[in-house]
Amino acid sequence: MKSIAISANGISASIGNRSILQGIDLQLPAGRWTSIVGPNGAGKSTLLKVLAGLLPRVAVQGDVLLLGRPLVQIPARERARQLAWLGQNEGSADDLTSYDVAMLGRLPHQAWLAPPGAADHAAVEQALRTTQAWDWRHRPLSQLSGGERQRVLLARALAVQAQVLLMDEPLANLDPPHQTDWLHTMRALVDAGGTVVSVLHEVSLALQSDDMVVMAQGRVLHQGACDAPATHAALESVFDHRIHVRHLDGMWMALPSMQRKHSQ
Amino acid sequence: MTGASIGVPTSSATRRAAWCAAWLLLASALLAVCGASVGSTGFDSVLRMHGDPVAWQIVWDIRLPRTLGAWLAGALLGLSGAVAQGLFRNPLADPYLLGSASGAALGGAVAMALFGVSPVAAQWMARIGITGMAFLGAAGAVVLTLLLAKGVQHTLRLLLAGVIVGVVLGALRDLVELASPDILQAMQAFTLGSTAFVGWAACLLMAVAWALCSVVAWMLARALDGLTLGEATAASLGLPLMPMRVGLVAAMALATGTAVAQTGLIAFVGLAAPHLVRSIVRVTHERHIVLSSLMGAVLLMAADILARWLLAPQELPVGVLTAALGGTYLLWLMHRRTSQGGAL
Repeated sequence: MKSIAISANGISASIGNRSILQGIDLQLPAGRWTSIVGPNGAGKSTLLKVLAGLLPRVAVQGDVLLLGRPLVQIPARERARQLAWLGQNEGSADDLTSYDVAMLGRLPHQAWLAPPGAADHAAVEQALRTTQAWDWRHRPLSQLSGGERQRVLLARALAVQAQVLLMDEPLANLDPPHQTDWLHTMRALVDAGGTVVSVLHEVSLALQSDDMVVMAQGRVLHQGACDAPATHAALESVFDHRIHVRHLDGMWMALPSMQRKHSQ
Repeated sequence: MTGASIGVPTSSATRRAAWCAAWLLLASALLAVCGASVGSTGFDSVLRMHGDPVAWQIVWDIRLPRTLGAWLAGALLGLSGAVAQGLFRNPLADPYLLGSASGAALGGAVAMALFGVSPVAAQWMARIGITGMAFLGAAGAVVLTLLLAKGVQHTLRLLLAGVIVGVVLGALRDLVELASPDILQAMQAFTLGSTAFVGWAACLLMAVAWALCSVVAWMLARALDGLTLGEATAASLGLPLMPMRVGLVAAMALATGTAVAQTGLIAFVGLAAPHLVRSIVRVTHERHIVLSSLMGAVLLMAADILARWLLAPQELPVGVLTAALGGTYLLWLMHRRTSQGGAL
């Protein structure tokens, strides 16, 4: 039986008076890569924040278990070592160098006021090399392009070396070659036993993961393997049949459906 | 600490920061000599101070404490500005624009009106009383600004809230002054900002506050580094953000309140110092805060000497000079940010 990395039971969330998530039950298997997809406003990012324990408790109903333990009962630093987070457009960190930013990922591993140790430096170097950001480690983020900056931020999340990695739109600003590199990085992480959960806009890239959660209007409509016909049907349905999932060159791809437009 | 800057990979930034600190300390030493020499009797008093009791009194009781006081007040304001800019993730945040300096001034005015003491008072209890009230005023003003701005997310709203709080608290301070005419004249020097009344007691008080605030800010600097990545990411790193924020606001308020209580309202040092440091070296907050504090100290000490020297034997209130220079700097900063396509 597969072990469960994150389990969400009866999750509802609201921001202000607006209900964003409604009655979500979800089991995300360990050692797998799961993508969360859905149209704009489906609640994908909010769900990811709930899974990471980053929404105020008053805004969330239901329980989240991380590696079998209630998320709210895990001390913050311990949770930070087990679960790494990469959000979208959250902060600029303009004044810090790439190396300093990546080193922030090691905070959960460092004792209070203790300087970074050899293991921290090694983890940061490995993360920066993995995302091919090592060459500009001395440059402040303000001097990097959007794509370069995103690779540094990804390195920061990798430097945590957490068992579970949650990412919200991690491919923002990345060009196609680096998107490909990112896919390989995620696959390597999962092959090494890690668990990856990513919210992705690009459905074709999301289809390269192992499992998919399809959302709309604050609910989970479907959860299944990326190569399962039922998942493809759910995808096409949630996007109003304006995409088709096709098998090309050994990969599942989402293509725009032009026929529907012609028939209108 | 947080920064890998102490490790091998960013040693160039570390070296640059160390050089920057060394130059600022050297500048402090040179300016201290200048500060002890500027006055109606000039350098002559320094040369004769060992044999001449009057010269000794001029240098030891007047020039040195106000020179050192300017350094300490500048250090407090520089530290406060660096913490404010990091905490509110806003490069335009400073004790003035957040209203905390006005809150401190109101606190000081209330203390003087209630206890009948003036800002020139040298008594310990009076000094501590005014400083305590200024601290409460500064902390209250920051909380008020945050409540009005509904958090730190929107730069414009935060700055507007700070300006509103500053104006309203300034008006309240005027009312307190009007209600207590005894303190009116003393308060005028206080609101213009001056180091003329700083004695050794005030220096000691500022030194203690500076040491305390520096330690607190340095210990919590990693929260500021984490916050540069955004609220959610900082929380995901296991940082206890709420207690850290409380500690940082307290350090900022104590630094502002202590500086304002001893030297009155001195604008823009807290804004300019962190920016000048950033233009020289970019390091993590544990070093940035220390460098900003040293930069603020050098700036205010230099401004104080200039204020005493420009119209000698008359002297300008140093707050007027920093307001004129700092205002120009703020305009230039806004122009640069706009021309670079950034919003305020």
